[in-house]
Amino acid sequence: MRTVIFRFTAPYLTALMVLFSIFVLLRGHNDPGGGFIGGLIAASALAIYGIACGVAAVRRALWFHPMAISASGLFLAVVAGIFSVFAGTGFMTGLWVFPKIFGTEVALSTPLIFDIGVYLVVVGGIASIALALEERESD
Amino acid sequence: MMHGALAPSDYLVIAPVAICLLFGAALLMMRKRIDWQPWLAIPGFLLLFAADVLLLLKVAAEGPQTMMMGNWKPPFGIAFTVDMLGALFVTTAGFVGVASAIYATFSMSRTERRYGFFPFMFLMMGGVSGAFLTGDIFNLYVWFEVLLMGSFGLLILGSEREQLDGATKYCFLNLVATTLFLITTGYLYGVVGTLNMADIAQKAARLENDGAVLTIAVLYLVAFGMKAAAFPLNFWLPASYHTPRFVVSALFAGLLTKVGVYALIRVLLMLFPPQHADLATLISWVAALTMLVGAFGALAQSDMRRLLNYFVIAGIGTIFAGLALTGGEGGASATVSAASAATQAGGTAPMTGMAAAAAPLVPGSDSLVIGLSGAVFYALHSIVIMTALYLAAGTAARISGSSSLRAMGGLWRARPGLAALMLVFLFAVSGLPPFSGFWPKVILVRGAFQAGMPWLGAVILLTGFLMTVASARVFALAFWRNAPEPAVAGGPNAGFAPAGEPSPMLAMLPLLILAVFAVVAGVLPQWLVALTDVAARGIVDPAGYVGSVFGGVS
Amino acid sequence: METALSLVVGCLFAVSLYLLLSKHIIRMLLGVVLLSNAVNLLIFAAGRVSSIAPPLVPEGAEAPLAAVANPLPQALILTAIVIAFSFFAFLLVLAYRAYQDLGTDDTDEMRVAEPEDDGLPPLGY
Repeated sequence: MRTVIFRFTAPYLTALMVLFSIFVLLRGHNDPGGGFIGGLIAASALAIYGIACGVAAVRRALWFHPMAISASGLFLAVVAGIFSVFAGTGFMTGLWVFPKIFGTEVALSTPLIFDIGVYLVVVGGIASIALALEERESD
Repeated sequence: MMHGALAPSDYLVIAPVAICLLFGAALLMMRKRIDWQPWLAIPGFLLLFAADVLLLLKVAAEGPQTMMMGNWKPPFGIAFTVDMLGALFVTTAGFVGVASAIYATFSMSRTERRYGFFPFMFLMMGGVSGAFLTGDIFNLYVWFEVLLMGSFGLLILGSEREQLDGATKYCFLNLVATTLFLITTGYLYGVVGTLNMADIAQKAARLENDGAVLTIAVLYLVAFGMKAAAFPLNFWLPASYHTPRFVVSALFAGLLTKVGVYALIRVLLMLFPPQHADLATLISWVAALTMLVGAFGALAQSDMRRLLNYFVIAGIGTIFAGLALTGGEGGASATVSAASAATQAGGTAPMTGMAAAAAPLVPGSDSLVIGLSGAVFYALHSIVIMTALYLAAGTAARISGSSSLRAMGGLWRARPGLAALMLVFLFAVSGLPPFSGFWPKVILVRGAFQAGMPWLGAVILLTGFLMTVASARVFALAFWRNAPEPAVAGGPNAGFAPAGEPSPMLAMLPLLILAVFAVVAGVLPQWLVALTDVAARGIVDPAGYVGSVFGGVS
Repeated sequence: METALSLVVGCLFAVSLYLLLSKHIIRMLLGVVLLSNAVNLLIFAAGRVSSIAPPLVPEGAEAPLAAVANPLPQALILTAIVIAFSFFAFLLVLAYRAYQDLGTDDTDEMRVAEPEDDGLPPLGY
């Protein structure tokens, strides 16, 4: 799989896919998309990078261990639920704020935090499994 | 159902799960800081236990508690509903978690912690707590999967050949069992049209007792029986539970099978009482065979851990025996009739000496409540005692360098304290007084006689006798006799850390904590019986459970 | 529609059970995949296939105006797909590791945890 063409295009493809995954994650609240599918796209981007340039390069590029990324996502998802304690409503209730940033109204919410958590869990979990399988094929 | 703002104490319903997931995620993020892990994990488990105890006190004082996730209205949103049964189980699980965490701190080597023991343990405890607290049957399935994920991680800790072998069988069998659970939930949804357990309890009562509902009940019995390792489906447990580290085995043996038992009680007895009455004969056969397989299997083992695997199975059989008892004269009465219950209790009190002794424990109930109360008591006892036995066996194996009964010996002389604690646990697991295993067996045997199934009571007693023989063999061979000739080095259990590496003296502390339960529940069983009785009545007549979800209008 | 679906579900269950009964782990894995798909279809059929309109409530209305699809089975299937997918990924890695370390994917030969020649315990001392 390590042809010159593939190795040359893979980083660009990976970058584009990660960007697209973030787009899918953010559009998820009102349109098709969301954390899970976004995370899958990002994880497949990392898998492509791993096939092209080797697992070590992916691990260097990720900086954090995939399981740590996954754990941070889980942490974020639970924290998103805990916000409801301060509002005095049922656990995991969606809470919204609409601050004006540079004159534009931006909708921020706890479901968004939860979705980012799901995204990170999926990226970390799937990437660690994909990397584990790729690692064994190469050696 | 709650109106308006919630008080902070209302969040106790969700606290055990949130604490487990938060601490598990935090520990997984700092997986490189091996030295910090136990010092974050132990306070985490203490916090979990404290939340569990507060929840139990709240439920005891105010009755079942409900919180709707995301403020959705029942029955559409996911409900977390905790009644006495769930609160008792979750508190016992937290208790065992604290003891296991302390034990792991002093017995796990650094490399094993690196693989992520504590994060996976928190994840598994989160799944277990969620399963005990949820009030939604699909959510129950999700928590089953969460705890399975955690248990997979714990099972392959170390990645030895033996563990991979055991884990393969464990994973496939458990996956099939949970898939069966999911299939049945699909059927249930097709028939009832709701997934909220309180709602199902109301709607199922109005359904005709036709083939469809009975099929669903049987499929649930198979799925949860497989999780609980009941007789024809018990083969995966002795194939895998002895392969991981001792503390992991201890957690699995204590908690995972009991989650299956809890789910069976919750689903079969609370949601489908007429079908449970139809299946009672089948359950009683399953119970008797499970007990006998466990007891005879234990007698045939030469390895201490594999022997304990069979003790787990025998315990499951004893719990199932309690679930096989139906109300009074084989009737399918779901509600407790006070008048008939009083006459029953009066008429059967002079049955045997033991029954007379147990009479004041469960005053005036029909045998369904007695059996359920005894089963819950035995399940709580079994959680604590099986964990304690595996932990004690772990310390014993570490000292003697092997867990094979052929190679062990001389531990009474070397470690009299450990030997005494082991004796307490062996007495308790065999059901000998004055420890915690005695009273639930008394209640169950009495209930079996009262329900017109004396043969089931006889099997419980026979199993107790056989387990006493097996326990005596463990104690005589591993502790009482002199140390045998130096065993073959590098035998089947060469995976242990060399003896005397970390201090096993401190690892005695969790054993002491667990022994306190065995003694207190054995000497002063009234308070626990009172609680399990409330739990049993809450299952037989779920009006309180339903009322808590739908705000009193049931 | 439900009848056709239930026939498909039955076929999928039969095939997956046949594969699960195999001795070889790789076939069992394929059986697990088919089984999870069969379950998803079963839940879908259990929720009744009536309308295909998306269950959206128009602005200003309290309830959907026309008949809509039942959203709950879809939510359940989505959850089940995610769980089945993660389990399959884990089982794949586990089976691969077991194959590497034990040198076989035949479950009859996987006797490391339960050795065959395990004699009786000492009967006295």
